[in-house]
Amino acid sequence: MAVVIRKADYERMLEHARTGVPFEACGLIAGRVEGVDRLVERVFPLENPDQSAEHFTIDPRQQLAAVKEMRALGLAPLGNFHSHPATPARPSEEDIRLAHDPKAAYLILSLAGEAPVLRAFEIRGGEAAALEVRIV
Amino acid sequence: MKITVAGDVKEYADGITVADLIVSEDVETPAYVTVALNDEFVLTENHATTKLADGDNVEFLYFMGGGGCGVYK
Repeated sequence: MAVVIRKADYERMLEHARTGVPFEACGLIAGRVEGVDRLVERVFPLENPDQSAEHFTIDPRQQLAAVKEMRALGLAPLGNFHSHPATPARPSEEDIRLAHDPKAAYLILSLAGEAPVLRAFEIRGGEAAALEVRIV
Repeated sequence: MKITVAGDVKEYADGITVADLIVSEDVETPAYVTVALNDEFVLTENHATTKLADGDNVEFLYFMGGGGCGVYK
């Protein structure tokens, strides 16, 4: 199972994360499911109303607007992404506690090291399982 | 009647409510889902009394949040 994301979309996500520093940045991903893989075809950078270095929330109104745009483009919602400005690309207890969509891919982009690290997870029943990430 | 649910047009019986639709669509962890009906959010306490009509458009939006604080798994 993999999340496949084009380099341009990855860079858009990265730019959004870097622009948001010191706060966490967040957004949605959309595309299509092919077999067991999720192919990301569009990244939707959204605001983090929490304006926090340790927390993010996706505003439901922005979420709805993005989902409407996805539908208009013929894309399916695939999950979300958020940044960890100073911590690893692993789900925190808070990430797991607040992950309620069992079908979503949860992407975490860490800016903690010299090079950014993007990882993806499925989170179900309080357990996170890593997904392969392919930037193409 | 026809209702668009999460982008798919589906046939439903007349008189179905938002609460019925949540069950029919087997929405997981519905307590954390915001329902948008024709771009308006439906309060949870109104799910059982909000009837759907032909041509309605429904989206189920999961709460999404988290953060890099705390213990890492």
